[in-house]
Amino acid sequence: MFDLVSFIPRAVVQSIPLLLGSTGETLTEKSGNLNLGIPGVMYVGGICGVIGAFLYEQSVASAEEMNAFLAIGIPMLACLLGSLVMGLIYCLLTVTLRANQNVTGLALTTFGVGFGNFFGGSLIKLTGSDVPSIALSATSSFFSRALPFADDLGWFGQIFLSYGFLAYLAIAIALVTAYVLKHTRVGLHLRAVGESPATADAAGINVGRYKYVSTCIGSMIAGLGGLYYVMDYACGVWSNDAFGDRGWLAIALVIFTIWRPNVGIFASMLFGGLYILYLYIPAGMNLSVKELYKMLPYIVTIVVLVITSMRNKRENQPPAHLGLSYFREER
Amino acid sequence: MENKVARVKMRNITKRFGPVLANDRVWLDIYQGEILALLGENGSGKTTLMNMLSGIYFPDEGQIFIDDKEVLIRSPKDAFDLKIGMIHQHFKLVDVLTAAENIVLGLHDGKRLDLEKVKTRVREICDAYGFDVDPDEKIYNMSVSQKQTVEIVKVLYRGADILILDEPTAVLTPQETDKLFAVLRNMRNDGKAIVIITHKLHEVEDLSDRVAVLRQGQFIGDMPTRESSAQEMTNMMVGHPVTLNIERPEPVDPKPRVEVKNLTVRSEEGVLKLDDVSFTINSGEILGIAGISGCGQKELLEAIAGLQPTESGSVIYINDNGTKEELIGKDPQAIADKGVALSFVPEDRLGMGLVANMDLTDNMMLRSFRRGRSFFTDRKTPKKLAEDVVKELEVKTPSVNTPVRRLSGGNVQKILVGREIASAPTVLLTAYAVRGLDIHSSYTIYDLINKQKQSGVAVVYVGEDLDVLLELADRILVLCDGKVSGIVDGRGAKKREVGLLMTRVGGKDE
Repeated sequence: MFDLVSFIPRAVVQSIPLLLGSTGETLTEKSGNLNLGIPGVMYVGGICGVIGAFLYEQSVASAEEMNAFLAIGIPMLACLLGSLVMGLIYCLLTVTLRANQNVTGLALTTFGVGFGNFFGGSLIKLTGSDVPSIALSATSSFFSRALPFADDLGWFGQIFLSYGFLAYLAIAIALVTAYVLKHTRVGLHLRAVGESPATADAAGINVGRYKYVSTCIGSMIAGLGGLYYVMDYACGVWSNDAFGDRGWLAIALVIFTIWRPNVGIFASMLFGGLYILYLYIPAGMNLSVKELYKMLPYIVTIVVLVITSMRNKRENQPPAHLGLSYFREER
Repeated sequence: MENKVARVKMRNITKRFGPVLANDRVWLDIYQGEILALLGENGSGKTTLMNMLSGIYFPDEGQIFIDDKEVLIRSPKDAFDLKIGMIHQHFKLVDVLTAAENIVLGLHDGKRLDLEKVKTRVREICDAYGFDVDPDEKIYNMSVSQKQTVEIVKVLYRGADILILDEPTAVLTPQETDKLFAVLRNMRNDGKAIVIITHKLHEVEDLSDRVAVLRQGQFIGDMPTRESSAQEMTNMMVGHPVTLNIERPEPVDPKPRVEVKNLTVRSEEGVLKLDDVSFTINSGEILGIAGISGCGQKELLEAIAGLQPTESGSVIYINDNGTKEELIGKDPQAIADKGVALSFVPEDRLGMGLVANMDLTDNMMLRSFRRGRSFFTDRKTPKKLAEDVVKELEVKTPSVNTPVRRLSGGNVQKILVGREIASAPTVLLTAYAVRGLDIHSSYTIYDLINKQKQSGVAVVYVGEDLDVLLELADRILVLCDGKVSGIVDGRGAKKREVGLLMTRVGGKDE
């Protein structure tokens, strides 16, 4: 018997890093910047949160003395700052210096993963722990604290109310982003910048500023995905490379949702579900079958790509100027 | 006319792009209630000059005065604030947005985005000037002339009263052009200052009050249009007297060369592009093809050249000795070997036929690289060919090792046409060979085509400018929505008549 009540919450916690990553990337891509550095940004967001939490935990005598506000605020601030810097590096290279976006993005991913593993390794060494990981369970308990009445409401509470605050924040961010893109002047301008920067420029829109701001905000949102992963999903345990390929999955999710953050809420849960489906499949002893199930999210993405390109509807295509740099006086 | 008010004064404007001097100390006045035609050859700096007025470029030197006050125009936004609006040659519209969204783009009036209000205002402007725009229509669903209308409404919405139009008629049918001109006259009488950049002299004479001429970045002079003539304007543009008649030598021994029978072509989306098209191409003759852009011209030429899969029908090539061969089903290489050469100049000029990042020699090689027998390519012959083309067609290029993308449009086209002709074709298919070219370059191309015709080549000339087609072609095939709506004799054909054939869809009159 398939246990939905335990499956859905697990799918949801899987989905939140993907949702944050894809919302951030969607916002970025709408400005015409294809930031393939998102996996790296999420690593940096995660490790910066870990560093912040580690320093705060070290500075107080015991877990009881920790201030809830600071315990959440310091890692979050560190995480946002770290991913902001990543976004700024990306913009400086691609917008101001007009470097190739793909190369820059891939370089940032390599850099971000290395950055995360280097500082992760250093912290593990500092704590002198026996296992190759660092546990920040005190901080994590603040992040993963569920709504107080979740336990009293049975299956309803378990499915809807059992998550840490970042999960609800992620959904709120996705909804706000979708609204801004669709219904506001800023969103209209941003879409114009991504579709045709020359048009936007001729219409008096500051193309560079829109690219910078949306890419940096997008990076910070994606960085929160890394933070959620460590602090809530992984219960505050950082071990190198544990984050895995979730960053790439987030980018696939952007395509899957055809650049719509509100669709992303359900799509990410679907991806999350597919990602852990292998745990619920009675595969017996044959572990290789389980590995095949892990391919599902990617296969679904390919199918969606094929269908949208066959439908050939203009609204469902990527922003027309995605991946290209813009220079006003180009001849 | 002594009470003319100069809205814009440009003084000593200089702009350099690297080593190239695009504008050299240009003086220009633009008056209220007047239509100024800005003339000049390709690369003479007309667009550059106007781009500085609309904030796309920033001048290296010089001053701009609006209403006698010196201004700095640093960005398009500054230009809007000064009520300057420019309609660019390549429309600046976002395809996936609606007309209303495009019109309101970039405006910051502090309030929340209220599209309903925008639409009302758009309809008011449309009513005032007689436009027909649906604010909810997406741009990618629109025809070129509709897009242009959106562009005009866009600048009017911003309250512009100095309007600049960069080659607005390049893609319009004669009927659409007339409509546009009526609107422009309306706006002039409304007290707006209008600048129009165009290559078509009869439009200048028809529409403008004053002409200003640029040559190689320098201001040559200006004069009231009615005191000037097409001949004088051309001489000023080119710098020396030129003759303005297109020659039409008698056809040389016309014999059927290619017979197209019942050709039907569908695009990949299943749209009927050519519907039961039949005609004959004769050797030693120029067959003009007229039609609104996108009526199947491209598909027709590509079907003959073997690049386009066909649904039914046949294309028969007739050899000199009278034997016939079916071309459909042959691969493009085999067809090209028969001597069928295709030079298609697409809207973006470089999309087909030339590789922008390769130099002249390499582009010549695209045609000949299969010929060599050794493992290595032969670079000497193409280099020689490139040098010949540069010399004969007066291509302006630093050297034959310059990437094609660095050349101006006219020179790129000369290279493309020159290369196709050099392959000694028996059938020359050209499309839009003079698209965006100035008078002088256009005439060079017409000469080339005429020479081919006289040496017995069957020429198919797809053109946009009806006046030229009427003067150049021996016969004119008019396409309308993929159907042949008529074949008329070039000598004695009336512009109205051809224009009507172009727009009459399935018997409906406009």
